[in-house]
Amino acid sequence: MGLFNFGHKTFRHGIHPPEHKSETNGLPIRQFAFAPLLVLPVSQHIGAPSKIIVREGQEVMRGQLLAEAGGYVSVPLHAPVSGRVRKIANVPTAKGEMSLGIYLEAFPASGQEVLERDGLDWQAATPEEILQGIQNAGIVGLGGAAFPTHVKLKVPEGKQCEVLLLNGIECEPYLTTDHRVMLEQADDIFMGIRYLLKATGAQRAIIGIEANKKDAAEHLSRNIPEGLPVTVEVVPVKYPQGSEKMLITSVMGKEVPSGGLPIDVGAVVVNVATTAEIGRLLPHGRGIQERVVTITGPGVKKKGNYLIPVGTPLRFVLEEVGVADNLSEVYLGGPMMGMAVSNLDISITKGTSGILAFTDNEVHRADKVYPCIKCGACVDACPLSLNPSQMGILAKFEAYDDMAANHNLMDCFECGSCSYVCPSNIPLVQYFRMSKAVVRKRAAAKKEAANV
Amino acid sequence: MFKQTLNISTSPHLKLGVSTDDIMRNVVWAMLPASAFAVYAFGLSVFLLLVTSTAAAVLTEHLLCRWSGKESTVSDWSAVITGLLLGLTLPPAFPLWMAFVGSVIAVALGKFAFGGLGYNTFNPALVGRAVLQAAFPAAITTWHPAFLEGRFTDIASSTLALPFMEPTYDAVSGATPLSAFKFDGVAADSADLALGLVSGSAGETCALLIVLGGIYLVARNMMNWRIPVSILLTVYVLSGIMHWVDAEAYPSPAFMLFSGGLMLGAVFMATDMVASPLTSKGVVVYGVLIGLLVVVIRLWGGLPEGVMYAILLANAVSPHIDSALQNRVYGTVKKAKAA
Repeated sequence: MGLFNFGHKTFRHGIHPPEHKSETNGLPIRQFAFAPLLVLPVSQHIGAPSKIIVREGQEVMRGQLLAEAGGYVSVPLHAPVSGRVRKIANVPTAKGEMSLGIYLEAFPASGQEVLERDGLDWQAATPEEILQGIQNAGIVGLGGAAFPTHVKLKVPEGKQCEVLLLNGIECEPYLTTDHRVMLEQADDIFMGIRYLLKATGAQRAIIGIEANKKDAAEHLSRNIPEGLPVTVEVVPVKYPQGSEKMLITSVMGKEVPSGGLPIDVGAVVVNVATTAEIGRLLPHGRGIQERVVTITGPGVKKKGNYLIPVGTPLRFVLEEVGVADNLSEVYLGGPMMGMAVSNLDISITKGTSGILAFTDNEVHRADKVYPCIKCGACVDACPLSLNPSQMGILAKFEAYDDMAANHNLMDCFECGSCSYVCPSNIPLVQYFRMSKAVVRKRAAAKKEAANV
Repeated sequence: MFKQTLNISTSPHLKLGVSTDDIMRNVVWAMLPASAFAVYAFGLSVFLLLVTSTAAAVLTEHLLCRWSGKESTVSDWSAVITGLLLGLTLPPAFPLWMAFVGSVIAVALGKFAFGGLGYNTFNPALVGRAVLQAAFPAAITTWHPAFLEGRFTDIASSTLALPFMEPTYDAVSGATPLSAFKFDGVAADSADLALGLVSGSAGETCALLIVLGGIYLVARNMMNWRIPVSILLTVYVLSGIMHWVDAEAYPSPAFMLFSGGLMLGAVFMATDMVASPLTSKGVVVYGVLIGLLVVVIRLWGGLPEGVMYAILLANAVSPHIDSALQNRVYGTVKKAKAA
């Protein structure tokens, strides 16, 4: 309803799915039990897999390096528990395929103290040292994308970062990890901001928070350290505001150019939990070993926000919290963009922000797919103002190149708003995911043909 | 624990939960007050007319699906809308067999020939009505007075006319308010028009109940309010200017709004989602175009009423409006070139 956007700045369109956050947003973060056997894929991030540097049978200490970065767009992997490397083999992953990983057997009675290395002082360190430190700590975007943070922070030659934008939006329904982190780890966040300001050269930082987390916004505002150029900006609740582009528009009133990056409008966006991790780990030279995960959904008995070691198998997690008998689907991440898992032997990775269990009662099954009735609901929902209705028809005719060339298909970041509103149950975002994959494949094939 | 298998599905795992048949069903609900008033005003004949046109549309849809080997799409309620809407646009004592033919044509030619729900270029009910107007020009312009004594016990003789026989009319009221104005220069009272105390097509007379239905659909987010608002505003402003220029020759804007099929057309016909544009901008252009055509046809055309042709013409250009007025894609300066 573009005619009535007075007062608050916001992005165009978007949707308002039921939030379901009150079920866990009052529950403090609790340490989760250690599973007897951890499953650690070496590819928990976007980019090159980490290179394993331990051997089978080797005893490792908590925090010790298991695998080093496999390149620039890659991060190392640290041991989440003290234990013994039982096996190096293919492990199941969320995507359904097996990929190389480490089975780590925890020592049941070990003290689990953490190995520390030389810390990095934010005042003394150079921007390059901070970026290196962030990579060494194995840090990736904890909001769910799992993109190596040091790569994102590297401001390209000729560009300038004016604003460091901290993403505390958490627009996915059900998830409350960032909310709890902001309430409980304010000091870590501010320490992280010091590192990030230095690394990016930004003059100021803005923390963007949706209006359904006012307590977190107030808590952070009250505790801003003297002299730290940080402001907190509360924006109206609307999905998918947590997307970088939407957040930038809501807070800064600018649009990231199509095909561009936030730095093109002078911004670098970092998730608040990632920032807290940087602030906590870098001063001690530690690596990331655990993360906060919201475990919730109608099928979960002991809902909550848990600090869970990376590599903990899903089966162990669900057994610990207890699930309903008529469990139907389990999602990693939020309900809008998260992935339904087919196998409980996969594990929590660095990018897992939530585990949702739905029973048969809540799972929405499209009993019938109707033809597109051109109602325009998707057009009014798409935060990028794409035309999902028309692209859905084009996808049916496999006109992928047309979609990419004339309808900005590749801009779609698959938020799922179009599918959410579609009365005809057309799996629009799934069409676009598939179409994007085809376009990428064709482009790669073309490139290869040109190089031969 | 975990004895059962897990299901997998693609994201998003949440759904707004309003389905296409919900929308269609609610459109039918929204038309019921106006339909009930039509039966109240014109009696048994209109009851039979609405039942016939609706049943014929549903039957046609069902049989066409069966013959073409598809699953019947009757349960999506769109055929009910087409049939009922067509019935509401017909004169109260319209012969039932003609209404039956109209409904068959509306569904078969207006909808099924294009590929069924979602593919129709024109509002199917209006396609049916346009064919009826061409085929039976006398019957479709022969009006019947409202609120006759004994309208609940007697059926107009023309209603039961046998197929292909010349219908006989028993109580002919010379004219609708629009034709009375066009040909005799007599303007009806606007309050009577709004309340439906005049003659006209079965369901078009009570503007208030039609608006009520529209408000219900807008409140349930099942209708784009911009369409009726832009049509009615355009008609009001344009006819207001003309009335101001020459109050003798041109009727008042209130008369224009509440007379004839404008309200029914603006609320229930022009808003056919399939045949109207997608974007908010496009929808406004579409509405203004309809309003403009209505005023032009009514004031300067040969016909007293122009809503049907105005909407059909706007339906035809709606895809072009869409491709010309795509939303500006986020992060782009120029509009994405439409295919």
